[in-house]
Amino acid sequence: MSTDHPRNPGISLDLAWVNAARVNRSAVERRVATLPGRRTVKQNWQAAWLLRAITLMDLTTLQGDDTPGNVQRLCAKARHPVREDLLEALGATQLPIKVAAVCVYHEMVPTAVKALACSGIPVAAVSTGFPAGMNPFELRVKEIEYSIEMGAEEIDIVISRRHALTGNWRALYDEVKKFRETCGDAHMKTILETGELATLRQVYQASLVCMMAGADFIKTSTGKAAVNATLPVGLVMCRAIRDYFDHTGYRVGFKPAGGIRTAKQALDWMILMKEELGEEWLQPGLFRFGASSLLADIERQLEHHVTGAYSAAFRHPMA
Amino acid sequence: MAGIAKIFQTMDYGPAPESAKPALAWLDAHGRTFGQFIGGKWTPPDPARLFDSVNPATAKPIARITQATEAEVEAAIMAARKAFKTWSQMSGHERARYLYAMARQVQKHARLFAVLESLDNGKPIRETRDIDIPLVARHFYHHAGWAQLMASEMAGYAPLGVIGQIIPWNFPLLMLAWKIAPALAMGNTVVLKPAEWTSLTALLFAEICQKIGLPPGVVNIITGDGQVGQMIVNHPGVDKIAFTGSTEVGKIIRTATAGSGKRLSLELGGKSPFIVFDDADLDSVVEGVVDAIWFNQGQVCCAGSRLLVHEGIAPLFQDRLRARMEKLRVGDPLDKAVDMGAIIAPPQLQKITRLVEQGKAEGAQIWQPSWACPAEGYFYPPTLFTDVSPAMTIAQEEIFGPVLVSMTFRTPAEAVALANNTRYGLAASVWSEDINLALEVARKVKAGVVWINCTNLFDAASGFGGYRESGFGREGGREGLYEYVKLKELKIENGKLKKRERRAKNSPANSQFSILNSADGIDRTPKNYIGGKQARPDSGYSRTVFDASGNAIGEVGEGNRKDIRNAVEAARAAAATWGEQTAHARAQVLYYVAENLSARAPEFAARLVQQTGCQPDEAELEVAAAIDRLFTFAAWADKYDGLVHHTAFRNVTLTFNEPLGVIGIACPDEAPLLAAVTLMVGAIGMGNAIVLIPSEAHPLSATDLYQVLDTSDVPAGVVNIVTGARDELTRVLAEHADVDAVWYFGGEAGSAMVECASANNLKRTWVNYGRPRNWFAFDAHNQAELLRQATQVKNVWVPYGA
Repeated sequence: MSTDHPRNPGISLDLAWVNAARVNRSAVERRVATLPGRRTVKQNWQAAWLLRAITLMDLTTLQGDDTPGNVQRLCAKARHPVREDLLEALGATQLPIKVAAVCVYHEMVPTAVKALACSGIPVAAVSTGFPAGMNPFELRVKEIEYSIEMGAEEIDIVISRRHALTGNWRALYDEVKKFRETCGDAHMKTILETGELATLRQVYQASLVCMMAGADFIKTSTGKAAVNATLPVGLVMCRAIRDYFDHTGYRVGFKPAGGIRTAKQALDWMILMKEELGEEWLQPGLFRFGASSLLADIERQLEHHVTGAYSAAFRHPMA
Repeated sequence: MAGIAKIFQTMDYGPAPESAKPALAWLDAHGRTFGQFIGGKWTPPDPARLFDSVNPATAKPIARITQATEAEVEAAIMAARKAFKTWSQMSGHERARYLYAMARQVQKHARLFAVLESLDNGKPIRETRDIDIPLVARHFYHHAGWAQLMASEMAGYAPLGVIGQIIPWNFPLLMLAWKIAPALAMGNTVVLKPAEWTSLTALLFAEICQKIGLPPGVVNIITGDGQVGQMIVNHPGVDKIAFTGSTEVGKIIRTATAGSGKRLSLELGGKSPFIVFDDADLDSVVEGVVDAIWFNQGQVCCAGSRLLVHEGIAPLFQDRLRARMEKLRVGDPLDKAVDMGAIIAPPQLQKITRLVEQGKAEGAQIWQPSWACPAEGYFYPPTLFTDVSPAMTIAQEEIFGPVLVSMTFRTPAEAVALANNTRYGLAASVWSEDINLALEVARKVKAGVVWINCTNLFDAASGFGGYRESGFGREGGREGLYEYVKLKELKIENGKLKKRERRAKNSPANSQFSILNSADGIDRTPKNYIGGKQARPDSGYSRTVFDASGNAIGEVGEGNRKDIRNAVEAARAAAATWGEQTAHARAQVLYYVAENLSARAPEFAARLVQQTGCQPDEAELEVAAAIDRLFTFAAWADKYDGLVHHTAFRNVTLTFNEPLGVIGIACPDEAPLLAAVTLMVGAIGMGNAIVLIPSEAHPLSATDLYQVLDTSDVPAGVVNIVTGARDELTRVLAEHADVDAVWYFGGEAGSAMVECASANNLKRTWVNYGRPRNWFAFDAHNQAELLRQATQVKNVWVPYGA
């Protein structure tokens, strides 16, 4: 399942390309509104897709009341996301069913790293003054360094929305480029916080600029804004990724986050990826869900698939 | 079934079948055979006349339906006639309750309708479930509302009577709804014939009519092929034919009904342009193309089948399009995850194949996805032609299949020119993020529906219908209601007019023209008036004009077909700029005409007396009425507003009342000044240019008029006048392909001739069937009628969203 594609090194800022971006909201909304009616997966296909969804998950807790206790619990769930008897019934015991990463605040990184030792599951740290990104620039850079020192292999940075909102693409480019340099070997997911951007066109433009600056992933949201991952925003970001790939040959990953709670939603996102970007973007190297409660619903749906009866949350080990 | 572990690796979609069981159970309950639905009852199926209804996805029959007989058609029309008596007298509210019940029933049995439609037609369940059936329910809801409001909103109008409705196979139930809902709402009763390939949902709908207790005979469903359609078209008991189908059949129906007095609306073929500017959201445009041409396998009259792309982005855009096509899924229509189902039937498949082969032979580059269509059933893959030029057959002919032809343009003007380089004018789609550009193009494209940054959107609140050979009449919205009503009879008879007509029939006393008979002893030479100039008739002959006593009082040119040709060319040249003037500017010109006519009122009155032998006070009355009429339509010029329809999407649907272009007008002999002025000002006030054939008996009032026009800033070519034999000249106009409409006020035979000849390019006609009208009485409804005749409705859909 590992993806062998060269990491996006970024390119120089191409403002002409950025300014040429055009996005028509109504048309975008129509595409995403009709997509779930055009594609669906049923029966074994649905079960298989849901298992795959688990492997695309950045199992996340980003709360002020996080403690080592609940983070450890989360990490245990990350290792064993589905009941063994269900996996057996699904004929999936040989499949590498574990989540893609565990995503926490910096202070929880050591706990998570320890809890996930030898699991192969990386720890992702939200960074750079998450969620607002309003801390001093030097501190935001330092924050990345600290988290990497603590063992985070993935860094989810937030962009300065003010740069996008004012069209200061140079400033955004420089900032993200610096974060990427600081990340070094750690994979950098760039959170646009699209719920705080002005238009879908701006989402497209910000996506392009972040990819030009070297983002490994572009990510919709912090989960802390009023509006988080929506399919129209996702479609626009996917199209920017495709555009960037067509121009540069580099594949950039995509991570919708916030508000993805049901198995059905997860399938809709995966269908969007398959349709717009292709099956390569159904691998954890290029696609992640940021989610905290999604897994619980997927487990229930998998049990339903096995037994034919609707399941209940308490039948599955909690995170 | 494939194992989960394997699918986990491949991430395929797998099958997602919708069950056909309930629909098949419904067919079984009917023994898979159906009779006719006449007068609220089913006729027993006659084994001798049963034919198969085939599922195009399997090529296997799923039911057998009956070819109707002459007697059954007769019975249905009689049943409708009988039902009309009570149905038309019901209150709007009572009719609204029935239409509301139809909407509710369609919703409550939505999935059965959707599955049955998919089985019968071969279109994907996604489309019947998400598009067709919801639109059907919406149409009945919307028109329940119009039934409710008819008394107030359609005051002055009455239902037509029995409507014969013939619908196509591409949207079987939706077309039924488009036909039945407005007809019933306005108090008509119907005899509807579904297409012989797709009758099943209409038969299911008939059951709904029974279930809701619709009075027997209000809706009758007659099945069978084109012969049955012909029986309905030719039946004298039908007051109107509403047809949706091919332009070819539309022309046959126009010819067949010519002179019968039957009203007619035609929704016909198209070769609709899909215009892509370089500032469009190209990824969204690609999806738009999918919705434009791979919706319903491209078997859509308004399909965006001619892709016009800005030359600079064409290669990039076509690449993206090909990538998208590769991802389309064609297969079992009942699979919830297919984009395209089956083509309706072998003849259609053969037509598509033949035209595609022709496209290849003519040098266009074909591209089809790498995957194969199912072997069973009638499938055809999505197909893109590039390197296409307008001269190729595939660029001109309607393919009615999943075949897109792509051409390029350099400028917006060239895009418009290419878009309009077609006999059709049903729809257009314009893609640009520049609202200035998009609206400009939307106004200039000749099409009844223009979708900006969207395509194939429909709603009951917005009229749908074409320009040019795509037919006439609208379905949906307020504009669609007028297709199913007529003005209530006005009991006004003008005794003076009759007296004058009688006098005109007196035998001639002095049939030789002499200057002694002219008003002032000068030999006047009224000529034709073409392109703002007085032009001698091409024939070199003149015809004598007589007064009421038969004395020769002057001579006018003997116009011929070349004069008409020249006049049409002048009118065409003037039409574009005149139509684009502001309405205020046009109004000013019309007021000025009135002013200058008024200045010469005594002279025009004297001319009327001289020609018609009327009393001077009658003549003064007519001149005064003409001046009043000029004021009336000058007033209307900037007040005949469009609408903003409340369609069920986030957009503004703008309804424009656009000029037709060039209108040929044959004037009556009664009220020779007033009638000519009325028709002239009604037409040009709305932005048309006209070729006017004056009263054959009394042409001098019209020829006198051109001096008034000359002094009133009427631009050259807006009004052209050709004198001569009315019917002969009118025929040339009616047959002329560059004339958009003909209005004829003359004899019964002439009316039939105009309707028949108009089939050539399906121009709109407005004729009097030989019945004179009172030109002095011209109330609000008469004015509205004239304004409607002078315009065609264009609906422009403009979605918005930051």
